[in-house]
Amino acid sequence: MPAEAESVTTPAADDAAAAGRSADTTPDADAPRSREGLRAIAGRWETLLVALFIVLLPIGQAISPEFLTSDSFTTGSLDFSEIALMALPLTLVVVAAEIDLSVASVLGLSSALMATLWNGGLPLELIMPLCIVAGGLCGAFNGLLVTRLGLPSLAVTIGTLALFRGLAFVVIGDDSVTDFPAVWTDRAFGNFAGTAVPNVIVLFAVLAVLFAVLLHFTPFGRSVFAIGANEEAAFYSGLRVKRIKLTLFVLSGAVAALAGVVISLRNSTAAANVGVGFELTVVTAVLLGGVSIFGGRGTIGGVILALLLLGGIQKALLLSESISSYWIQIVTGTLLVSSVLGPNLVRRVSDARRRHSTQPTQEVSP
Amino acid sequence: MSAVDATAADPTATGGEARRLTEWVFRVRELGIVGAFVLLMVFTAVMEPRFVNADSLRNLALNAAIFAILAAGQTLVIITRNVDLSVGSVLGLAAFMAGDLLSAHPGLAIPAVIVLGMALGAACGALNGVLVTFGQVPALVVTLGTLYAFRGVAFLWTDGRQVNAETLPDAFLNLGTGSILGVPTLAVIALVVVVVVGQALRDFRVGRELYAIGSNPEGARLAGVRSGRRVFWAFVASGALAGLAGVLFTARFGTVDATAGSGYELTVISATVVGGVAIFGGTGSVYGAALGALLLNTITSSLIVLKVDAFWQQAAIGALLLLAIAFDRLVGLRLDAALRRRSALRAG
Amino acid sequence: MIPFGSRARRHLLTTTIAAVAALAVAACGSTKNDSSSSSGSSQSSSTGASANAEAPIKKGLKVVSIPKQLGNPYEEFEHSGVQEAMKELGGSDRIQGSTDAGASSQVPIINSIVQQKPAAIVIAGNDPNAVAPALKQAAQRGIKVVAMDSDVAPDARSVFVNQVTTKLVGQNQVESIAKQIGNKGQIAILSATANATNQNAWIKVMKDTLKDPKYKDIKLVKVAYGDDDDQKSFQQMQGLIQAYPNLKGVISPTTVGVAAAARYLSKSPEKGKVKLTGLGFPNQMRKFVDDGTVDEFQLWVPKDVGYLAGQAAAALASGRITGKPGETFTAGRLGKYTIGPNSEIVLGPLTTFNKENIGKFDF
Repeated sequence: MPAEAESVTTPAADDAAAAGRSADTTPDADAPRSREGLRAIAGRWETLLVALFIVLLPIGQAISPEFLTSDSFTTGSLDFSEIALMALPLTLVVVAAEIDLSVASVLGLSSALMATLWNGGLPLELIMPLCIVAGGLCGAFNGLLVTRLGLPSLAVTIGTLALFRGLAFVVIGDDSVTDFPAVWTDRAFGNFAGTAVPNVIVLFAVLAVLFAVLLHFTPFGRSVFAIGANEEAAFYSGLRVKRIKLTLFVLSGAVAALAGVVISLRNSTAAANVGVGFELTVVTAVLLGGVSIFGGRGTIGGVILALLLLGGIQKALLLSESISSYWIQIVTGTLLVSSVLGPNLVRRVSDARRRHSTQPTQEVSP
Repeated sequence: MSAVDATAADPTATGGEARRLTEWVFRVRELGIVGAFVLLMVFTAVMEPRFVNADSLRNLALNAAIFAILAAGQTLVIITRNVDLSVGSVLGLAAFMAGDLLSAHPGLAIPAVIVLGMALGAACGALNGVLVTFGQVPALVVTLGTLYAFRGVAFLWTDGRQVNAETLPDAFLNLGTGSILGVPTLAVIALVVVVVVGQALRDFRVGRELYAIGSNPEGARLAGVRSGRRVFWAFVASGALAGLAGVLFTARFGTVDATAGSGYELTVISATVVGGVAIFGGTGSVYGAALGALLLNTITSSLIVLKVDAFWQQAAIGALLLLAIAFDRLVGLRLDAALRRRSALRAG
Repeated sequence: MIPFGSRARRHLLTTTIAAVAALAVAACGSTKNDSSSSSGSSQSSSTGASANAEAPIKKGLKVVSIPKQLGNPYEEFEHSGVQEAMKELGGSDRIQGSTDAGASSQVPIINSIVQQKPAAIVIAGNDPNAVAPALKQAAQRGIKVVAMDSDVAPDARSVFVNQVTTKLVGQNQVESIAKQIGNKGQIAILSATANATNQNAWIKVMKDTLKDPKYKDIKLVKVAYGDDDDQKSFQQMQGLIQAYPNLKGVISPTTVGVAAAARYLSKSPEKGKVKLTGLGFPNQMRKFVDDGTVDEFQLWVPKDVGYLAGQAAAALASGRITGKPGETFTAGRLGKYTIGPNSEIVLGPLTTFNKENIGKFDF
């Protein structure tokens, strides 16, 4: 069982998590069954997200005629770019039944390092890889505490959330650096070759493809799923669980540091207080994308769809002239909960229906 | 995984070696915090004697009081292997509601305001509880969502307004800044809350069931513990206490706006874990958590007084939390091994 | 356990659909996108057109004002002045902001506002540089940018409406505390957030003012940050008193800070012994002036700042001024104003509040 703080689950849910039994609306089809074809596609989580996104489009347009414009895409995606970047490795982490709440603090530390090294006279071309390495080290710190000491990642990353953010302030204090060379800041908020797609989004797209391949098309990715579904079984079947988990945390830290570099250049401001609170949005995107908090299930595609959905909702609300910005928070929170509640309820209903039709003796009631 | 696994076969059993051993561990853990606290006080006092004068101590107690109350509620939830991230937002809601009400109706009886605040908190907690137990959504997800949602509601409600100390009745503000026999009223209230909740957890069957649910959910269910109901009420209690903390927040600071309590949840969880409540569930006590809150707040104040760069504060708290969970893990492993040896001896 | 082929293919399908949908929106949406990769040219004189002081104020001007943070009463009050001005001139103003005062929190909001194409943006900046690229974008689309209270990068705005000159704020505040402590002793500053442009500018002036030989016996021992958060400011004040037993005075040039500091002082043994001054709201500070905690404090009328900014925005949007130093315009009930160097418009001098006059004000 994943070593996390979990909710009180009944044995039915426990079994489902452990055995990876899929219900109608989970994105996992590890039991190829009679429900192939159209029904399977219709029942998938990603389909729901696509449907929600399609529903969002006219609603957004009704809120503001500026919604369905390339401008909205450009600025809206830029606003979300760092969240999007960090969501990619976090997907793998959560699939492995762990969590990393320290990503925003690594982002801040990376920004603070950028500022300090820049003040120290180092060229940007050297600073950027250094920051990414530093992020990887932070991730390794998390990973070692989780794998070597066996500490729960929730508690560890709550601690490193404070620790890394604190270190960011120790490094640069209250200072900020705002005079990065224009050639880089222009690249950071500029668009790709005259299109409406920002450079940063192209970067995201490249990374998204890489992570998708890593998770869905390589043995490494399969191991991640296996670990998340049943860590003990994975261990006994020969997978190097500790090494894999450590790698995931290192990736998470490195990409968070990259996001820190990107946001500092994009806003021409490197400081220690950059990105405070981002981790919640990143986790929301991952969970909304259909990645199970228990591990063993999830897709990069789903997370990308969730990012689109969240970004679109935020953009629509920002463009609205009458809806208060406060609703963004309420909507995000509700979406987050619904993303897990929904499938649970659906599964309970279908379980109940099945029970009534077949009358088995051993279905446990919720 | 937790130290109480071996007793889970009969989670409500009293007596026995295992129970005595774990009780002993509780004690040691709590003493450890007290020890760390005393060390810190002594060290700071040596460097800056004004740190231990009456006024300073009074302020220490005041600062920690609200967090101690929040930590008490959080303990109930974490013991059952859940977590409540929404306490900061609930505090904010209750704080503003209390201030708003009293500003508009200064004649309202203070106990009534407190009850209303707790009721609001309890309602929020009930929502969390229903989603976790009936909806079977993990507590992390639920309370993350309600953290957002409740804060958004607070913003909508306040609509840019702010409650000012000016418009609050003096009697109410005295609750937050006054003293009873030289001890700050808030600290007394916090102490009473901690003792009531702590003893309830220790002496009543309900308390033992909460521990059982956290240390071995399956075993608890098999032993007939109504897990869903207990966890639901744990969340309601956490919410109610957060509501109480909110009302007291307003009494203390007088000025409240929509951002009251933002970010408190991480401090509270850190305090609770540092205080010996394992994030795995199943172990820990309210007293430990309250001591953890006191320790964390003292560190903050002590760093300011020692003129240590304020920036080290956050890093220090993070490091402390990591140390605490590492230490707990080591202790937990040792205890596990010890219990296993004993039951093996007994069996063999 | 995990069948490979068909599931992977389904992933590919849904992901591709998603990606194509997003790109379709991007591509097929009306491409009004000027290349945003250039950093934009300076706004003030690029319009080329000269001011026409006689031009009528256009009717129906839409202005959006962006405070540092939503839910902050000072900001709300200040921005209500923009609304007052726009209403008077037959236009409208809408307030849109973020719930936190982070350096880059205003950027998504500016971007979205730019899409709505208002006539002007009035902004109190959280960070002078973080918002600059977005504001320059706005300028390129013909939207006039007025910075108010907390400045942004000069080439990202047409004019900056300042409540008092930065110099006067710093000087007046030092004078106020010096008077109260008899020109002798340790003082500290309790500020807001560390990035805030206005705070840092004022603190710099204070430090320069203290170099004057008249203040040679006054020593500034610490600048603490309360982040415009009530409890944090309260705790910082507490810390200051404890860390510096010889502290004689505290300057808190932020309404949140000075109120929290006064509240702490009024219940502590240092009341009356440690002097406090700062920038505070009369309604919040009245209690502490009455009970002797605070002898005097200072401020301006925030609503007037907003009113002036609104008038300036309308004047810019109507072509009455272009933001060049030396131009003049009439700002409704406040009278005539001249644009100063660096395109700065100053509202006026600080008002000092004390026991004698505090009863006259209600804000």
